[in-house]
Amino acid sequence: MAYRVHPSERIPHHVDRNRFLRLLSERIKPDGLLFDTEDLRPYECDGLSAYRELPWIVVLPETVEQVQTVLKLCREEGVPVVARGAGTGLSGGALPIANGVLLSLAKFSRIIEINRANRTARVQPGVRNLAISEAAAPYGLCYAPDPSSQIACTIGGNVAENSGGVHCLKYGLTVHNVLQVRVVTMDGELVTLGGSGFDGPGYDLLALITGSEGLLGVIVEITVKLLPIPPCAQVLLASFDSVEKAGRAVAAIIGAGLLPAGLEMMDNITIRAVEDFVHAGYPTGAAAIVLCEFDGIAEQVESDLLKARDIFRAEGATEVRQSTSEAERKTFWAGRKAAFPAAGRISPDYYCMDGTIPRKRLPEVLRRISELSAQYGLIVGNVFHAGDGNLHPLILYDANNPGELERVEELGGKILEACVEVGGTITGEHGVGIEKINQMCVQFRAAELAQFLAVKAAFDPAGLLNPGKAVPTLHRCAEFGAMHVHRGQMAHSDLERF
Amino acid sequence: MDADLSESLRQAVLDAMDLGTPLRIAGSGSKGFYGRPSSGNVLDTAGHAGILRFEPTELVLTARCGTRLSEIETVLAEYGQMLPFEPPHFGAKATLGGTLACGFSGPRRPFAGSARDCMLGCRILNGKGEILSFGGEVMKNVAGFDISRLMVGAMGTLGVILDASLKVLPKPERELTVSFEQSMEEALNAMNRWCSEPWPLSGLAYDGSRIHARLAGSDRVIDAVYGKFGGDVLKDGDAFWQDLREQRHEFFRADGNLWRLSLAPATPVLDLSGVWFYDWGGALRWLKTDAPSETVFRAAQAAGGHATLFRGHSGDGRVFQPLPDSLNALHANLKRAFDPMGLFNPGRLYENF
Repeated sequence: MAYRVHPSERIPHHVDRNRFLRLLSERIKPDGLLFDTEDLRPYECDGLSAYRELPWIVVLPETVEQVQTVLKLCREEGVPVVARGAGTGLSGGALPIANGVLLSLAKFSRIIEINRANRTARVQPGVRNLAISEAAAPYGLCYAPDPSSQIACTIGGNVAENSGGVHCLKYGLTVHNVLQVRVVTMDGELVTLGGSGFDGPGYDLLALITGSEGLLGVIVEITVKLLPIPPCAQVLLASFDSVEKAGRAVAAIIGAGLLPAGLEMMDNITIRAVEDFVHAGYPTGAAAIVLCEFDGIAEQVESDLLKARDIFRAEGATEVRQSTSEAERKTFWAGRKAAFPAAGRISPDYYCMDGTIPRKRLPEVLRRISELSAQYGLIVGNVFHAGDGNLHPLILYDANNPGELERVEELGGKILEACVEVGGTITGEHGVGIEKINQMCVQFRAAELAQFLAVKAAFDPAGLLNPGKAVPTLHRCAEFGAMHVHRGQMAHSDLERF
Repeated sequence: MDADLSESLRQAVLDAMDLGTPLRIAGSGSKGFYGRPSSGNVLDTAGHAGILRFEPTELVLTARCGTRLSEIETVLAEYGQMLPFEPPHFGAKATLGGTLACGFSGPRRPFAGSARDCMLGCRILNGKGEILSFGGEVMKNVAGFDISRLMVGAMGTLGVILDASLKVLPKPERELTVSFEQSMEEALNAMNRWCSEPWPLSGLAYDGSRIHARLAGSDRVIDAVYGKFGGDVLKDGDAFWQDLREQRHEFFRADGNLWRLSLAPATPVLDLSGVWFYDWGGALRWLKTDAPSETVFRAAQAAGGHATLFRGHSGDGRVFQPLPDSLNALHANLKRAFDPMGLFNPGRLYENF
């Protein structure tokens, strides 16, 4: 469906499209400018395909200088800009703006340097996540963050969203694995953030720009940290007859001082869906399974596996299996990695949520989700990065049923609000984008949102970069709050209503 | 001892706004030597202390800024856990707030993450006297800009960190330090080679004549790895790393300015007069020198890194690597976004804000 821009987040301008195209064509080659409806169509949405909008113009620059000129021109003319990588994001962060330029970094697809001695890769933003690890592999090195879309997603998008993956618990998020970025600001200035070592001078703008969802600048070059490929990895598959027991086992693993490379959990609905799809040998009768992987040198992996196996048994696992070969390890993971497509097989559409909660609150949040699922009459499967408390409830639905998507969104919103209530957050790794922009009004108070807006203005005073995403205006929250009275208290009661 | 002074600190900021007088944020004062001098009335944060929440199975600890590092480390140790970034204290009363504001990380940093890496969330008091919460107590959180990590190393110029939630980690079962005699060039080669191989390292330093490598893991792992890794076993390995962390090693006692250079770890030996001590496998280089600040800043920049006058006097008032104009302008804009009246630690980081 078409996305309805909130009036307070619209950037109006009266620039004539033909004149603007003429100005652009003086700087960009013809094949880097798209303006016919059929050419614009592939850019109308990202991974959140429920929302679509045709961009005004698509620009595909090839050089940093071209990015600088395009941004300068947009700044002078007051035209909004949305940067886009591979468009795999799940929160609508790259959704175009009807009167704005869609700046695709697709042509920035070069790995500039793999520096073996310093264990770094210097790459352009359009390089795919997996391509970095592939290029580093001959040196025995890899890039650790591995979002599930790593075959397709680009490193520029990873930095913009601070992407995670299944190995975050041990290896961290994107923010922990990026050393330096070069960014073009809305004024067309090229700045370098971070350093060639482990830190940079001044404020930690590298941390600030990571996860800023394209609101502060356009990233044109990235240096990431590479790590030695672990020589050994094995995974345990533990089955449980209740979700609570599985949740307690996860806490016990962490409490025992173990640091798994991956610690994942899924519930029965998801287990059955993936088993039908990939035949990973999952126990379809289990209420929940936990996948627990250790990597490193063989001696460490062996002793960790022994300890973890004992813990799972002590916590009441009905079965604990251990992969005995690389092939079997991959089979165990195949099911987890196929969880989203498997949901797509049993339902015409699914909607993937991304809340994070303190691990110990898992049982009550799962109970709340199942209550909400019954209340809305929509099936919800749960896949969970258990190690770091990141929930991915999958709401199954059929977009062809009138009004169903709206109900799904409302249910999704309630799930996120439940996450906030237990001290969690509305998004662990997918970003706010347009998808969770209303829930930002639940997670933050007006003063914090105003601080975010002030940070945004420090980089982009005219608000031209990715407007209407990630950080809501206070006007939006005032309206949203009017509909969401929380425990009898009006949110943002300090704001004017209209 | 433990007290919530949020309101009185907020009141002090509101008073400073009324009077237009700047504030010098200070905890125990253990890091008063660091950074440029700053003027103003002291805003004492030492009393705002206490561990608020600690859940060993969540690997998260939340404490007020005035909480002593030693207290936090003692509590964590009871559960076999630690602050991953092994922060230097520089004084028995060192507080969490000062450590985060300075962004100090110790020898374990390349292997377990920095202070900013461990920052999950915080409450701050900004220059408008507002108390704001960012981030949280969960490992993954991408809602809103990452203001929490921005606070780390900002030298208090953007606001007072009232309390902070940090990721903690289990302590290694055992650690063993081994040493090897090496020339400077050979040491850099060896340290970088080891870092590109999957050794279970947790420290890697070179004192000018010997490499010190700390191995971490279970008993079985250490025994197995030591067999392959070799080196002379250091009897009291912990003491070596503590002396390095706290700058009590003989190197730090010599005369001359102490510079901290942050560089790509395999950067060849820099052509600067003085003596060197390498930490972080070569990515952090301590230099004792009488060279003028301009010379050190230029050399660091030419090597793609940055330099900080950690202790001593530069003569020209500069402490931190000068920023390019465009970057400096962004810094000044951000400072205004948090502290429009310029109340907090004016000039402590850079002269113009």
